[in-house]
Amino acid sequence: MEMKILVFAETFDGLFKKSTYESVHYGASIAEAHGGSVLAVVIGKATPLVEDLGKYGASEVVHINPNETMNFDSSAYASLLDQIADEQGAQAVIISGTTNGRALSGALAWGWDAGLLSNAVTLPSQMNPTQVKTKCFSSKGFAHAQSSEERVIISFIPQSIGIQEHAVEASVTDVDMPVNSALQVVSADRVSGKVPLPEAECVVSAGRGLKGPENWGMIEELAQVLGASTACSKPVSDMGWRPHSEHVGQTGIAINPEIYFAIGISGAIQHLAGVSASKNIIVINKDPEAPFFKSADFGMVGDAFEIVPELTRAIAEIKNQG
Amino acid sequence: MANFVDRIENGADMKILVCISHVPDTTAKINFSAGGSSLVTDGMAFVINPNDEFGLARAMQLKESDGADVTVVNVGESHTEPTLRKALAIGADRAIRIDAAPVDASFVAAQLAHVIKDGGYDLIITGTESIDYNGNQVHAMISMANGLSLVYPCVGLQLDGTKATAIREIDGGKETVETTLPLIVAGKKGLVEESDLRIPNMRGIMMARSKPLEVLAPVDGAQRVSVATYEKPAERGQVAMFDNVQDLVKALHEDAKII
Repeated sequence: MEMKILVFAETFDGLFKKSTYESVHYGASIAEAHGGSVLAVVIGKATPLVEDLGKYGASEVVHINPNETMNFDSSAYASLLDQIADEQGAQAVIISGTTNGRALSGALAWGWDAGLLSNAVTLPSQMNPTQVKTKCFSSKGFAHAQSSEERVIISFIPQSIGIQEHAVEASVTDVDMPVNSALQVVSADRVSGKVPLPEAECVVSAGRGLKGPENWGMIEELAQVLGASTACSKPVSDMGWRPHSEHVGQTGIAINPEIYFAIGISGAIQHLAGVSASKNIIVINKDPEAPFFKSADFGMVGDAFEIVPELTRAIAEIKNQG
Repeated sequence: MANFVDRIENGADMKILVCISHVPDTTAKINFSAGGSSLVTDGMAFVINPNDEFGLARAMQLKESDGADVTVVNVGESHTEPTLRKALAIGADRAIRIDAAPVDASFVAAQLAHVIKDGGYDLIITGTESIDYNGNQVHAMISMANGLSLVYPCVGLQLDGTKATAIREIDGGKETVETTLPLIVAGKKGLVEESDLRIPNMRGIMMARSKPLEVLAPVDGAQRVSVATYEKPAERGQVAMFDNVQDLVKALHEDAKII
C-alpha cells in the first residue's frame, strides 16, 4: 500500500508560513524516496490559494473551515489532525518545528499514539522503522532517533531542509470542523515587518560590547541593509537593553540562518549552543582572545563603534550596485 | 480528586505541580562514548533545567502572593534526588520522584499524567523544553492525557481566583490568552525575570532536608522513541581573520558570495 504522508500546512494571519512550503517539500521528498503521496491539511483561511501547495508536492489538500474561532490550541488542532490522519490512513505526519508546530507535534503524538521525532535536521535515513538525525543537547550534539511505532511524526527545525518544488496538481477538499478551545486570545502583539528569528536567513546580533541600549541604532542599520533580523546575547536581554524575544542562545531562541553577525559577543558556550547551526558566522570583537573567534568563519578584531558603521556603508554600496 | 474550583473559591490554597528535569549544566561539554552509544556523564554537573527554574520561581511568587502548596516532580533514578532537594531548598513544599529512567517523552508524560490525575493540581508548570534532549514534547502530551489546556511557550502568568491570564509567544510576537484553572503552562525566561530566580540559602537547605520526598514506582507507559547513535557536530574550519572592513566585505561578497 502506498504510504500517505500528512503535512500540517501552518498559516500565520491567513498566510502560509515559509516553513509550510518546506514541510510540504519534506513530505514530498519522503514520498519520492519511499513511495507515497502527500496530503496537506490547512486550518482556516489561507492566502495564496491552498491549491498552490501542489507546487511543493501536495497532491491532496484538506482545507478545514473552523467556523468561528481558529485560535491556536495544541489539543484542539491535534484532534483535527488526528481525525483526518485516521480517516485517510496516514502513516506519517510532517510538522515544521515552529512555535505552534512544536506544541502541536507533542499533542498529536499522544492522541494518535505515534512516535515523535522532533528537531529533525535532515530527511529520514529510513522509514519503518523511521530514523532521522535530530538536534539535541542544545546543538552540542545530534541523535539518530528512531520511532518504534509505525505511525510517526517528524517535526523538523525550520530552514534545515530548504524548499524545493515538486509540481503536482492538488485536489482540494473543503470540510467544516470546529476548533474546540478553552483558550481565548484577547490580544496580540505582533512584531511587524521583521522575519521571526527561527526563520531568518540573516541575523545581526550584538552583546554587552555595545555598552548600552542607546547604541543599537547602528545594529538596526546594519540589519536593515542586509534585510536581517536583529538578535542579542543573554546578558543584554537580562539587563533589559533588548526584549527577551531577541535573546538567542541555549535558554533563548535557537537559530540557523545562512549568515550570523555576532558583534561584541564573547561567545560563551551557552550562546554558541543557540547559534552554532548558523551556516556562516562573522564575529566582530575588540578582544582578540574572545572564544567566539574559535567558532567563527570570518572574524575581525576591533572597535564595533568604528567597524559596524563602515560595514553598513560598504554593504549598502554592494546592495545598491546589485 | 479534590474539586479544585471549590477549593480555591473557598479560600483554600491552590495546588501547584512543577515538573522538573535533571539536566547537564549549561556550561557542560557534551561528549559521547565510543561508537556514540551514550552520553558521557562522568564528572558532569547536573542542574534543574533552566526553563523549569523559571517556572519554579513563578510558583514561589504565587505561593507568596496567593498562597499555594507547591510540589515538584521528577522522573528519574535516585541520582536525581539532589536536584529535587535543591528545588525544596528554593522553597517547594514537597517532592515526588518517579523511580525510573526518563527513557523518552511519551514514557515521562505517562508518569506525569498519572501524578497529575491523582494529585488534583490547579496549576501544572513545566519548562518549554529541557536543554538536554530539547524535545518540547512532554507538556503537550500531558495536556492531552489530562484533558487540560496548554499555554506554550508561557512568558507571563497572572491568576485571579480560578481565572488565568497568560502571555504566550508566537512566531514574531506574543498573544495574551484567557482561560481557567486547571491549566498547564510551559514556561521559560519571561515567566519571571532572570533576577527573580532564587538561590537556596542556608535556612532553605536545612529545611529541605526534612521536607517530604516521596518515591513512587512507575506506572505503565509506552516508550516510542529511542536513540540509535549520537554524534558531535562537525568542527568548523579555521576562522578567516581580517584587519579591515573592505577585505572582510570583499570576502563575504566575492569569495563566499553570501551577501
